[in-house]
Amino acid sequence: MTEILNPENKLEEINHEKLLRKVLVMKNNGMRLAQMCSAFVDGKYELSYSFADDETYELQTLRVIVEPDTAIPSITEIYPYAFFYENEINELFGVNVKFINNDYHKKLYRIDVEAPFAKKEDK
Amino acid sequence: MGKRSVVPFGPQHPVLPEPIHLDLVIEDEKIIEAIPSIGFVHRGLESLVDKKNYKEMMYIVERTCGICSFMHGMAYCEAVEDVMDVEVPDRGKYLRTIWSELSRMHSHLLWLGLLADGFGFESLFYQCWRLRESVLDVLELTTGGRCIFSVNKIGGVLKDLDDDMIKAILEAVSKVEVELEAIKKTFLFDYSVESRLKGVGVLTKQQAHDLGCAGPFARGSGLKLDMRLRGYDAYKDLDFEPIVSEDGDGYARCYVRTMEIFQSIDLIRQAISKLPKGDIAVDVKGNPNGEAFVRVEQPRGEAVYYVKGNGTLFLDRMRVRTPTFANLPGLVETLKGAQFADVPLLILAIDPCISCTER
Amino acid sequence: MAKVKRSPWLLHYDGSSCNGCDIEVLACLTPVYDAERFGIQNTGDPMQADILLITGGINAQNQAVVKQLYDQMPRPKVVVAVGVCACTGGVFKDTYNILGGADTTVPVDIYVPGCAARPQAIIDGIVKAVDLFQQHMDNHEEFLKNPDEYMKKNHPEVDFKKGE
Repeated sequence: MTEILNPENKLEEINHEKLLRKVLVMKNNGMRLAQMCSAFVDGKYELSYSFADDETYELQTLRVIVEPDTAIPSITEIYPYAFFYENEINELFGVNVKFINNDYHKKLYRIDVEAPFAKKEDK
Repeated sequence: MGKRSVVPFGPQHPVLPEPIHLDLVIEDEKIIEAIPSIGFVHRGLESLVDKKNYKEMMYIVERTCGICSFMHGMAYCEAVEDVMDVEVPDRGKYLRTIWSELSRMHSHLLWLGLLADGFGFESLFYQCWRLRESVLDVLELTTGGRCIFSVNKIGGVLKDLDDDMIKAILEAVSKVEVELEAIKKTFLFDYSVESRLKGVGVLTKQQAHDLGCAGPFARGSGLKLDMRLRGYDAYKDLDFEPIVSEDGDGYARCYVRTMEIFQSIDLIRQAISKLPKGDIAVDVKGNPNGEAFVRVEQPRGEAVYYVKGNGTLFLDRMRVRTPTFANLPGLVETLKGAQFADVPLLILAIDPCISCTER
Repeated sequence: MAKVKRSPWLLHYDGSSCNGCDIEVLACLTPVYDAERFGIQNTGDPMQADILLITGGINAQNQAVVKQLYDQMPRPKVVVAVGVCACTGGVFKDTYNILGGADTTVPVDIYVPGCAARPQAIIDGIVKAVDLFQQHMDNHEEFLKNPDEYMKKNHPEVDFKKGE
């Protein structure tokens, strides 16, 4: 029978100033950046950085909650392939991500609407 | 050193069924760099959570992609079920597994056909697509749809399999198994196919890990990465071993996908032999409140679903990270240093699903 | 379907479809459904295409692409919108990035419904497109034989001599 690897997903809320240090720890532990996403809840951005361990199948998520005008450091120096995710949240949510390698300057999807996901009042 | 020039590739291109655009920086025939730009299929379906309630979102999510439609719906349901603490009955789980594996079979056959078309083997392309139709026939028989089935619901599935259907599924997979044996010989041992695939677009194990690749693309490079090992649905009761190849070239990716069709056939047989009796779905009351990450193995690799509910009918956020999104950095890496004539083949080799990627 | 006199070339472009209709269009061209028996041939080159098959809705990015493909095709041309997204925008109509169906950008002659459109429906649409293409060509030939009479008969309101 196949061995099942299904540990609980972990979620840790951190301050955005500690972000780079935490991400570096993940990188040193050999974790893979599984996804990065943003949500716009109650006028604040909730950023989730999920890291997957491919040996144990554990998914660890770092949660950063920031005010709309706060600048977030880019993690592309640590995970180069994060630039797709960062350009995406920059374009769709208008999150201010600083110093992205390969910055598309809000031209990844080239949509006409500016930051469509950041408007939620008319629900 | 030759002169450098930039060649635009796509969005409309004969070998690409879907639009993707690449700016290729080339030096004579050699590619120095590839800059992808996406967005031709971007619909913004994640934003529909504001307008459709969490049960209606089901139909939107299924239309993320017409090829792995079932698995998108399934992953979304599992994420919402995770938030709402709903336990799907065993029979529902097994049915989801059977349909997932049938989807994987049709997706991989489709990809094999497109790959054959990519390297100019027209008759092989037609053979794969002819074979794929027998999988689609049982999918239509059991679910009523060829591409988009809409048989998932939050709490289970909508349709049950009766004995005739199970017999039809077993007959169809046996037929595919026999005919695929013949096609496999051409894909894996024909010298003209080997000459197009071997050593093309090599991605080492380390690179695949460093670039965050997923699915058969990563397994072709030697990473044993298969979300089915998490044992969601019925996979916890089934016996299988992820198919891995060490070479990391186009041939390895072709090998992994071909063998995965046989693996799917085996998994379908196992699931049918263990299919429990009972309910296929449970009623769901209330609204989701909370959040969940769910990862499933789609034909193209790991998909991450994130659902955040706030106790109302409308979700706060639904996010899909699709496998092709994770594989794009790997694609850019394999393109570097490749011959210009190999570009269509290399793009096809990751099994790109652009409508998944851009949503 | 009347006797086919010409074999039109077919160009397929995926607007912002979910892939469902695309793979059904491709399935139509493969042996099981074999739309090529009606005399059409799939091509990737818009310059020599006669029938444009669009799947999926139109969004801000691909609008220019679809328009360019349409303009590159020689006259007469027939446009077929396959699937509900290409007809009206479908389930994605309410999203911020979808402008609507294919007819927001190019004139559509034939609409094929369905989500995803079934191969049988797509073949039906293709057969109608072949007929329509034939009709356009017949009209064109008639016009070339005797332009004055043709215009008087079909478009009496247009003074085409004056327009020259």
